[in-house]
Amino acid sequence: MNNVCVYCELDEGKIADVSLELMTKGRTLANELGVQLEALVIGSNLKNIEKQLLPYGADKIFIADDKRLDPYVTQPHTTITVNVFEKEKPQIALMGATIIGRDLGPRVSSALKSGLTADCTSLEIGPHEDKKQGKTYENLLYQIRPAFGGNIVATIINPDCRPQMATVREGVMKKEIFNENHKGEIINIDVDKILTDTDFLVKVIERHVEKSKINIKNSPIIVAGGYGVGSKENFQLLHNFADLIGGDVGASRAAVDAGYAEHERQIGQTGVTVRPKLYIACGISGQVQHTAGMEESSMIIAINNDPEAPINKIADYVITGNVEDVIPKMMKQYKANTK
Amino acid sequence: MKGLKIVVLAKQVPDTRNVGKDAMKADGTVNRAALPAIFNPEDLNALELALNIKDSNPGTTVTVLTMGPGRAAEILREAIYRGADNGVLLTDRAFAGADTLATSYALSRAIAKMDKVDLIIAGRQAIDGDTAQVGPQVAEKLNIPQITYAEEVISIKKEKLTVKRRIEGGIEIVEGKMPCVITVNNSAPDCRPRNVRRLMKYKHATTVSERQETDDDYIGMQNGREYLDIPEWTVNNIEADIIQLGLSGSPTKVKQIESVVFAAKESKKLTDSDKDIDWLMKELISNHTLG
Repeated sequence: MNNVCVYCELDEGKIADVSLELMTKGRTLANELGVQLEALVIGSNLKNIEKQLLPYGADKIFIADDKRLDPYVTQPHTTITVNVFEKEKPQIALMGATIIGRDLGPRVSSALKSGLTADCTSLEIGPHEDKKQGKTYENLLYQIRPAFGGNIVATIINPDCRPQMATVREGVMKKEIFNENHKGEIINIDVDKILTDTDFLVKVIERHVEKSKINIKNSPIIVAGGYGVGSKENFQLLHNFADLIGGDVGASRAAVDAGYAEHERQIGQTGVTVRPKLYIACGISGQVQHTAGMEESSMIIAINNDPEAPINKIADYVITGNVEDVIPKMMKQYKANTK
Repeated sequence: MKGLKIVVLAKQVPDTRNVGKDAMKADGTVNRAALPAIFNPEDLNALELALNIKDSNPGTTVTVLTMGPGRAAEILREAIYRGADNGVLLTDRAFAGADTLATSYALSRAIAKMDKVDLIIAGRQAIDGDTAQVGPQVAEKLNIPQITYAEEVISIKKEKLTVKRRIEGGIEIVEGKMPCVITVNNSAPDCRPRNVRRLMKYKHATTVSERQETDDDYIGMQNGREYLDIPEWTVNNIEADIIQLGLSGSPTKVKQIESVVFAAKESKKLTDSDKDIDWLMKELISNHTLG
């Protein structure tokens, strides 16, 4: 009761990275609150799955293992999650802000009439005082996220409803082994007692999934372009530059929306979070929505013709100039100096 | 097959993609007045999906439902110009301050008030919040299935429909049973433009509040042309538990809003001259950032 629970997503039979990242965060939150950390795994062929979760500090692992539960469909996963939450009454429930988490989370929150905050970039514990009602609260979950196109950062709380639910994107939190020898309790859920035929009104009949060839998450060097790059053709210049220096191309949301770059390259709150050793921001103004996904880069170079661009404030080097002039010069000088 | 009854959920949103310098007030709050209000982009994809179904299933009706202030009637007219049969504006002070849960409760009560609805189609998410929560929550409130991230409705046979979804790294084809909720991605086809004939016919389509604010002539024009009336529903038109609406029905509260101020780093300023860039590249190579 009153614990922290993480809905653990599966990726080809393994616990997804985003879920392990949330286990790590969940462990920290549970320690701060002095409660247990729970994991909920729903799927098929889950023998020994707990071995992947215990080192991350799971005290209780709920497992629903049934061939009808893989691949993911909304309703059976919702019914089981709601059932577990109603019995266990976690005070905090976390999910990945993935296609699955963003499908499941709202449905579960609606069923439990509880609040859900999407795409949090930070989670903290803190007090709250409601002056109007004269109430004070201790140990609420602060769900922190950029809002309004990244122009503001909002701290959202659920003072009265439980669980306090939040989704977080992959890469935002860091995963870390808590204790290789951590022990926890395994609870197998009797699926047949919970599910009914009405949970199976939607069926997956076909699936084509390929691991995307584009994966910039772990790239040591990222050349990222924004709307200011101006065109898909100019983006090719960034690709040439990235190829030369052994990096990958990233993009801001505005650039992706404009069709300059693939969705998989989007960096920021609604894209991937990266921590490269070098981040070269080209024609990116630097709204918080974008910087949330790259501000932990070891070194940041900003190339922008606006000397007042917000990104300049977090950059180590600021080059004021046009991207299409500066990049060819950088390529030329790089070649000249590495011969 | 007889036609379907489709409800499209749409939202008028501030255009957060084109935020200018005056978008924030000095006190750090958002200056909504400085942002143009637009049809939420993915709701237009949703409208297109609905109109596409209507094209191939004669007798289908498409009603667009929005919740918002009086001004939100603008997007209902826009939807009608593009081919929707009608719109419903859900507007009341009782709805103000709603988070996604209270919003979906209100919308679901409005849908429950309509004659048997086969399909509810919404954009995946709205650009002012990016939560993607209202679609699934409406489905849960109505206790019907949901199919999110849809790109295409492949077929509809009796009460069964087959839908292509865009998922991480690929696609999924699912079969669902109506009634259900579908949320649509921006990877789905763009919405058709306004139809000139419809624009002429429905130019003066208005809500009752809009007519009250305008000249008598318009009221005269409305007589005998019921199709020019955009129904406006308040809390009295839906059977709803008032506690679950608006601020009181919203479990999430905004504790704090900060406008974004970066802690300025000590950054080195360079020009685009050959000399500066040569210096920078040498620096990056010598400290092993590159090379």
